[in-house]
Amino acid sequence: MEISEFARRLLKRNEIYLLFVIIALAIMLSLFNPNFMTLENLFDILRSYSFMGILAVGVLTVLLSGGIDISFTANATVAQYVMAYLLVNNPEMNIFLAVLIPCSIGIALGFINASLIYYLNAPPIIITISTLNVYFGVLQFISGGKWLYNFPVWFRNFSKLTVIKLVNPEGIPYGLSILTIIWIAIVLITFFILKYTTLGRKIYAMGGNNEAAKRSGLNILKLQMFVYCFMGLLAGIASIIQALLAQTVAPNAIMGRELEVIAAVVLGGASLAGGRGSLIGTLLGVSLIAVVSNGLTLMRVSSYWQKVFIGLIIIISVSITALQRKAVARRVAAVDVEE
Amino acid sequence: MWKSERFNIQEWFRRNRELATLPFVLVAVFALMSILASGRFLRGSNFQSMAFQLPEVGLFSLAMMIALLTGGLNLSVITTANLSSIVAALILKTCCVPGDTGPMVTLIIILAIAVALATSLVLGLINGILIAHVGVSAILATLGTMTLYDGLAIAITKGYVISDFPKSFLFIGNGTIAGVPIALLIFIVTAYLMSLILSRKPYGVSVYMIGSNEKATEFSGVNIKRVLMKSYLLSGFLSGIASVIMTSRFNSANAGYGASYLLVTVLIAVLGGVDPFGGFGKVSGLVMALVILQFISSGLNLLGVTAFVTISMWGTILIMVMGLNNYLEKRRLKIIRRDFSA
Amino acid sequence: MSDTFLEMKHISKLYAGVQALDDVSFSLTRGEIHCLVGENGSGKSTLIKVISGVVNPEQGAEIIIEGQRLSIDHFSSKDSIDRGIHVIYQDLSLFPNLTVRENISFNVHVERGKKLVNWRDINAIAKGAIGDIGIDIELEREVGTLSIADQQLVAICKALIGELKLLIMDEPTSSLTKNEVDSLFSVVKKLQKRGITTLFVSHKLNEILEIAERVTVLRDGKCVGVYDPDELDHEKLTYLMTGKKIEYIKPDTSSISREVLLEVRNLSKKGNFKNISFKLYRGEILGITGLLGSGRTELALAIFGINPAEKGQIVIDGKAVSIKSNKDAIHQGIGYVPEDRLELGLVMPQSVSNNIIITVLQDLLNSLSMLDKEKRNSAIQRGIRELAIRVPSVDSAVMTLSGGNQQRVVLAKWISTGPKILILDEPTVGIDVAAKSSIHHIIKQLAAQGIGIIFISDEIQETLYNCHRILVMRKGRIVSESQTSEMTEEKLFQIVNVG
Repeated sequence: MEISEFARRLLKRNEIYLLFVIIALAIMLSLFNPNFMTLENLFDILRSYSFMGILAVGVLTVLLSGGIDISFTANATVAQYVMAYLLVNNPEMNIFLAVLIPCSIGIALGFINASLIYYLNAPPIIITISTLNVYFGVLQFISGGKWLYNFPVWFRNFSKLTVIKLVNPEGIPYGLSILTIIWIAIVLITFFILKYTTLGRKIYAMGGNNEAAKRSGLNILKLQMFVYCFMGLLAGIASIIQALLAQTVAPNAIMGRELEVIAAVVLGGASLAGGRGSLIGTLLGVSLIAVVSNGLTLMRVSSYWQKVFIGLIIIISVSITALQRKAVARRVAAVDVEE
Repeated sequence: MWKSERFNIQEWFRRNRELATLPFVLVAVFALMSILASGRFLRGSNFQSMAFQLPEVGLFSLAMMIALLTGGLNLSVITTANLSSIVAALILKTCCVPGDTGPMVTLIIILAIAVALATSLVLGLINGILIAHVGVSAILATLGTMTLYDGLAIAITKGYVISDFPKSFLFIGNGTIAGVPIALLIFIVTAYLMSLILSRKPYGVSVYMIGSNEKATEFSGVNIKRVLMKSYLLSGFLSGIASVIMTSRFNSANAGYGASYLLVTVLIAVLGGVDPFGGFGKVSGLVMALVILQFISSGLNLLGVTAFVTISMWGTILIMVMGLNNYLEKRRLKIIRRDFSA
Repeated sequence: MSDTFLEMKHISKLYAGVQALDDVSFSLTRGEIHCLVGENGSGKSTLIKVISGVVNPEQGAEIIIEGQRLSIDHFSSKDSIDRGIHVIYQDLSLFPNLTVRENISFNVHVERGKKLVNWRDINAIAKGAIGDIGIDIELEREVGTLSIADQQLVAICKALIGELKLLIMDEPTSSLTKNEVDSLFSVVKKLQKRGITTLFVSHKLNEILEIAERVTVLRDGKCVGVYDPDELDHEKLTYLMTGKKIEYIKPDTSSISREVLLEVRNLSKKGNFKNISFKLYRGEILGITGLLGSGRTELALAIFGINPAEKGQIVIDGKAVSIKSNKDAIHQGIGYVPEDRLELGLVMPQSVSNNIIITVLQDLLNSLSMLDKEKRNSAIQRGIRELAIRVPSVDSAVMTLSGGNQQRVVLAKWISTGPKILILDEPTVGIDVAAKSSIHHIIKQLAAQGIGIIFISDEIQETLYNCHRILVMRKGRIVSESQTSEMTEEKLFQIVNVG
């Protein structure tokens, strides 16, 4: 493919515009506050947003398949709480177990979602709204709302691990956090699944035309199982990350952020109807939210205004997409008129 | 003049086959709760407290219902109410001291209420513009406005709660007339008006038709933009009424109130027969579902069950309703099945 | 006998009390192009489903493919595909969000045991398929952005992957222009050279005559016979399909008034139509025919206000009017019955009542601006009566009605507005022959009441026998205007298809 062809095709993709916006914002912000464009800040943002980033990858996968999942925060909360409870009470616990348990719980809860959606033939949004409430309610009941802290030392130390060790002007070491590496690894694995496995292609197909997928002999149940369990798995992993970041676990820490994650994925170009979306877009969506939030903080804008900006970004972004769509529809000439 | 029709029970059941199970569920739940909570459920004080809680949730559910009927969703119903109530609260706080009474205070209260309602209309207008004129899908538009309104509420209050309002204002949410809570009366009147609008106004017919097929309805000459705009204005307005009652009842306004209500409103609407895809649903069904849920909520509360279990119950009930609908639909299709394309 | 690809005997299928197929025999010779004809309810869809393994016939049936007798109960759709039988349904079953390349090679993904995607393979397979048939479509494009005709070609390529022996197509030409139909037929002929058998379901006589080698007609679940296309003409085919003889008489033009109801002057819109001028008289049925893509619907939508013209004038009853939206048009007394009845003509899940009154809601109000029950009910009843709509209850959803009855609801909806002008865009598409003629009858009655009717149709015969005057459009312009009395089927066919 020649360069010009590559460039032309690149420009057609919506993600490019998102990238331009992010770059523009980043430049503007760094003019306000030179601390923004530093590697240290960048690594810091990447570390803080790895939680949201991993969840976003899961949400993208579900959206691609034509479904939606709102219960992942509850899923993550349950997974996280159980792990935390066990860890705090058994500091000698095997690390492997500490990772396995939340992941298994995540997958199990995702499994329940998939089964309900498939066998009850109900809209995924309604089912996952319900399971969101059920999972969270049960957890709250069992946990009594207690916060958990006092994690074992290795848990604390792990969260501080970095690669690419550097030192900043003040002599304080920093680096690319291990948490970010985990996020990157997940992105790469998901990329591979979506692009290079038949499973991934079938997910896209199912999201694009469910009827045709059935007729082509695709196993809808299997695909849905994978998608929701995968989301569950990622919710489990993300919950570990969040616990590492915060070093405390509260039953309502993660709850309430569902729509924030979905907004990031949608900003990145994923369609709620299914079949459309990309990892790059999702990453850009998360980046946009990260840049805005972080930028606002650095500009000393009170955190109280953050949501206002995020809300405005969402509104502007979806409006532009809608207007674009309208313009395209109008431009289609149906008749080859003889002049 | 007014044409009165004799209410024929059989006719009602025939016309509302989807809702037919609800009255039975209502009675069953009532009986169950009465038995389980022994004497306490059937006591007047219980009914009173239910009657006070019910109106807010009911109004939010109506607000959600309108959006659902048009084939959309309004994720911003709660945050609209919060923002509106904060605006009203600010006015009350700036102009009055809690102990104040007198005609001046009454005037200010009226002003505050008017401003709350006006605010909710403006917030609804923004939704309407995005959805009807810019053409953004309802979920995405209200996702954005929900976040924006929440953000504004947080920015204005900085997380604090605004409270302590004049006594006469508190009357709205806590007072009664002949033993019936004013809030409940407001809800009943509003619900009745809504059902009239939906069933007896051209706008109502248009709403149902648009919910099932927007383009075809447009081809029939209906002004889609106007109907959608009206719907989101109405939805906002209903949130506004809820905000007044809420602020009065709790004697406070803050940004985080009622976040969990959002999902409950969807539950109530769907349980009450509103089709999540649009085009179908009646106020009568919604009200029955509302009452059922209120019975369950109060009953569980009396039994000492915590709110969290109740929330889980909502989820479980909704799942069961979906399962029941699915089963009934499958049965119906089997009976009707004629291979039309043979 | 080794020439026979498929032989089916004693095929019956019972569905919940309805005999969809009744002792049907059917056979296909290898490499033939065969056409299956029948009305809705004739059993043709069920027959296709039996061949493709989607449904199993009743006991006693025999299915023999390439000399091998099959077990009736164990013939699934996967088995059918394994035997080289592919069905392309009207909705094409493609994935709009995936590329042409991936859609064509999609079955490779589904092959048992394949876990990883080899994009080079996918590319090669797709390139091979396109090259085989000799068509030119960008492999990179998302299928959703292609025209229907191109999508159909992609569907055919897709069927070629894996061994294709029998290609079944369900009404493949309904949305294609003449050129596209020609392309499709040349592809079918190429397939024939490779020994592939093609079976397609169609009711368009001229196409059947052009491409089919044998025609099987089904009626009421029974096989009426297998015919040589040369033996058939419209009358005979209609008779075979419906069992009834339908009289075709040209309408009487003598009683048309000389009052000009609608005059269109030099109407133009870029990319839609150019310099359109014509008159419509009170009580006249003016036919507009032409090939797909000639701009007829665009013109109709311009008069109806959904697609307003850029230049030119519209004059109604002598007064120039401005029509910038369909509300304007309706206000001027214009109604429009869309070609796409399912998506645009009616709101399918809603009741017959709602669909009838949606256009006249403002007229049904009482003094309090609420819908008056009396007025509402009488409007609904009037619509049902005048259009003879057969429905068990006015609250039934419109989608439960037959195609013919559905169209009557659409007409009722517009009649209740008391229109001066009705634009009918392919009003009988997808409706059985018998129901078609009753719709034609209604249309003639409406004209007799003084309504001016613009009748857009694809079918030469339908146009000729229902309209008083005929306009032919090509490439956005009117190329011919004539009185029906001076026109014949052959002449009209010539003008439309050849010029």
